[in-house]
Amino acid sequence: MTATLFECRNLTKFFPIRNLLREVGRVHAVEDVSLSIPEGGTVGLVGESGCGKTTLARTLLFLLEPTSGQVLFRGDDLGAYSKRQLRAFRRETAIVFQDPYSSLDPRMLVADVVGEPLAIHKVAFGEDRDNAVLELLERVGLKTEHLYRYPHEFSGGQRQRLAIARALAADPRFILLDEATSALDVSVQAKILNMLNELKAAFQLTYLFISHNLSVVRHLSDHIGVMYLGRMVEYGTRNQVFGDPTHPYTRGLLAAAPSLDPDDRDRPREVALEGEVPSAVDPPSGCRFHPRCPNRKPDCANVRPELVDTGGGHLVACVPK
Amino acid sequence: METSENLVVVDKLKTQFFTYGGVVEALDEVSFEIHRGEIFGLVGESGCGKSVTASSILGLVAKPGKVISGRILLDGEDLLMKNDHQMSQIRGSRIAMVFQDPTSSLNPLFRVGYQVAEPYIYHQRRRKRRAWADATEILAKTGLPDPKEKARSFPHELSGGMRQRAMIAMSLTCEPDLLIADEPTTNLDVTIERQILDLVKDLQREFGTSVLWITHDMTVVAQLCDRVGVMYAGNIVEKSDVRTLFRSPKHPYTVRLLRAIPSAVTSQEHLEEIPGTVPRLIQPPTGCRFHPRCDHTMPVCSEAKPTELEVEPSHTVACHLFGGTGRVT
Amino acid sequence: MSLRENLPFASRYRMFKKRLHPITKEWGLTFYVLRHSRLAVVGGLIVLSFIFIAIFGSHLAPYDPVSVTIHERFQPPSASHPMGTDKMGRDVMSRMLAGAQHSIKAGALVLAIAVPFGVLLGGIAGLFGGWIDEVLMRITDVFLAFPSLVLAMSFSAALGPSLFNAMIALSIVWWPMYARLVRGQALAVREASYVEAAQARGAGRWHIMFRHILPNCLSPILVTLTLDMGWVITAAAALSFLGFGAQPPIPEWGRMVSDGRIYMLRAWWVSVFPGLGIVLTVLGFNLLGDGIRDALDPKLRRLTEVKWKRARTSSSSTS
Repeated sequence: MTATLFECRNLTKFFPIRNLLREVGRVHAVEDVSLSIPEGGTVGLVGESGCGKTTLARTLLFLLEPTSGQVLFRGDDLGAYSKRQLRAFRRETAIVFQDPYSSLDPRMLVADVVGEPLAIHKVAFGEDRDNAVLELLERVGLKTEHLYRYPHEFSGGQRQRLAIARALAADPRFILLDEATSALDVSVQAKILNMLNELKAAFQLTYLFISHNLSVVRHLSDHIGVMYLGRMVEYGTRNQVFGDPTHPYTRGLLAAAPSLDPDDRDRPREVALEGEVPSAVDPPSGCRFHPRCPNRKPDCANVRPELVDTGGGHLVACVPK
Repeated sequence: METSENLVVVDKLKTQFFTYGGVVEALDEVSFEIHRGEIFGLVGESGCGKSVTASSILGLVAKPGKVISGRILLDGEDLLMKNDHQMSQIRGSRIAMVFQDPTSSLNPLFRVGYQVAEPYIYHQRRRKRRAWADATEILAKTGLPDPKEKARSFPHELSGGMRQRAMIAMSLTCEPDLLIADEPTTNLDVTIERQILDLVKDLQREFGTSVLWITHDMTVVAQLCDRVGVMYAGNIVEKSDVRTLFRSPKHPYTVRLLRAIPSAVTSQEHLEEIPGTVPRLIQPPTGCRFHPRCDHTMPVCSEAKPTELEVEPSHTVACHLFGGTGRVT
Repeated sequence: MSLRENLPFASRYRMFKKRLHPITKEWGLTFYVLRHSRLAVVGGLIVLSFIFIAIFGSHLAPYDPVSVTIHERFQPPSASHPMGTDKMGRDVMSRMLAGAQHSIKAGALVLAIAVPFGVLLGGIAGLFGGWIDEVLMRITDVFLAFPSLVLAMSFSAALGPSLFNAMIALSIVWWPMYARLVRGQALAVREASYVEAAQARGAGRWHIMFRHILPNCLSPILVTLTLDMGWVITAAAALSFLGFGAQPPIPEWGRMVSDGRIYMLRAWWVSVFPGLGIVLTVLGFNLLGDGIRDALDPKLRRLTEVKWKRARTSSSSTS
């Protein structure tokens, strides 16, 4: 049985809206989410704007402190970690961001940008550090002469490779990919996705991949979580979620995503979801999705659905089901 | 081909930018036609020139750019021959445009209703009250809930999807012959995007407007457009109706591009990559601009620029593989 | 592939040389832009002459700036005294040459104290935020509210008038500008993704401060510093003019202007030449500062980079 690398239990995070010192409202970014990420797996998190996937990921890495609930790393409660333990934890986790233009310090040479984690954790110094960076550059498909250059001399795709090289420095076990390919052209994206798969196998990494692009998530992940307005509405393996989408939101999402087959427009498609995503400050009662749900029942506004296992680890949070 | 079925004919359009670093050959004799009442998709990756094509048609090419040669025929009239005043009459009434970011296209200081009514007042000289009523009506047509209230709101009070609907409403006020849409759904959530695409299809059918839809997203093209032009480095490399393009793409770039997109049909292990990178347009590759990255290169590819040849009815390709006979040589 | 394998004479030295290359290239571009701005060149020349005079002035002076020769007093500008003599018969030009060093020492002293202090304070305020930021910024506001010259005067009066005391006083009120500048930059840099990436990898606050925030502040600090130099010199001259700074017989330019004030109508050269000196110096620093600001501006650099590369390749192909 594979070990669980990350786990969160009943994780809740909200952001208070203050008027001077008084709290006048809350942004319910993440509400009572439980998730476990197996070691060596790739978990994809999908959802539209305001669903809380970015906040969930940041809280998982303890870059934000949870309002309530626990985050466990290899079984240890991160909340109980001392400063030193937290630092060691940070060595094992890395992030790759969406925008390759703002994620690299423009004033630093590539060698220093990629070597920064090595510097932070005092792993290597001087020419040893630069040698280590050289190896990382080679791994991501860049060359020796790129070592002492500035980031602005590189294209978007190359910069993303630099960001990945930096993420790989100091031997992390886990990488959070926050919309890492969303800003790239399709042909560049393909190279990066292929590379991410290779690296995962070569370094035995665990990925958490956040994206709004369903096909990319499907390509990369073995488990998928669908989030809506701060809650996890469906979770399962790739085949379960894409092959047998159960929650009405998941179905709506998959129906909405345009396919590459032009003949699909003639086939009867599921009705498009109406309306917009409501605000996270004043979310609907009961099931958050009920105002837009085509299968809505009167009970849906009162009862909050729990995640139920519909078989083989396929979790769905929907009342009628 | 200047038959009456063509609303727009772009013929050998050449646009260049004169920068400090040299001349950027953004559009290299681009030619395509848009039939009346159809949705034509212009698709390509960043830097291929699709947005420059739109601004060239509108006569709004940013300095230091200039349209060097070619013709842009709207119902037979060459737009490049018109002066600024004439073009400003055309923009908004005969040709309308919807942009990618509705936040910056809508003036935050004015109410939405006022901005939608503006074309009525400017182009059709309607009275303010009537223009406002018409604006509300057309906002309702775009599926905006509570159109009266929304018309009185300011742009920042609406969500991204609503703003885009307002932009579409604004563009349709004068029932334009041509609607140019430059990546209008790129920043929207997928469910909202679906709504907007359905809306565009419905409105287009109702108003009979021709649409030039610019995007980098092949899936949107597959679901929305009637005909497609694939652009690479300032050239249209392949042009056909949508089903043919996806069923049997011919140009090596199109083929590789389609295979690079992850979807239900591609293998999960490896996505096909296109070696190399997009060329700089200051000193573009000689001959066919795609030849450095193509795995079917022949000596002629670096010497001569391929002309567009019809390989099937209404399917043209610009590639030396499909020589003079129109078949693979 | 290793650094050592590629560089047979391996070593840290080689590594540093290779690292230095892109940095010097960036500076090369800066100098290129500067060289091609006429005003910046003029400013630069003025500043360089001023620094030269400050260092070597005393040795270049043809006459003794201090000794009194009453019988030669109030000589108008002539061949033997290009700038005339003052009320004590001292050669004005010699006094100016010898006095330049005081102005520059004054400027350097004030900035050497104010800048590091202000930068550190602003950096801490911007980085830590919260109540630390609030408290530090309010303190900054208090110091900003002080009229600088008045404070300097009272300081001098309390400790005894001398250029040194006046400079200490000035530095007390000079640092707030730098604190604000760096705080603003720190707030902006703090939000950048690369800082979040470093924090996610375990970077502590000090690492963020010294590796990310401060390097990104260097350009604006450099520009402000250069522009400021002119103003500090003016302030020092002003204090000396009022009698709170340099005391006689120190030939500080501001003092010289003050000394010659009463005799303006019959011996204008005693005040005018030192005054012109001050004006020219401040102008020089201003022009140079503007030039540096333009040279460090990313848009201008990108535009000029192409010209520069072409110039370099053509010169290397012909040489």
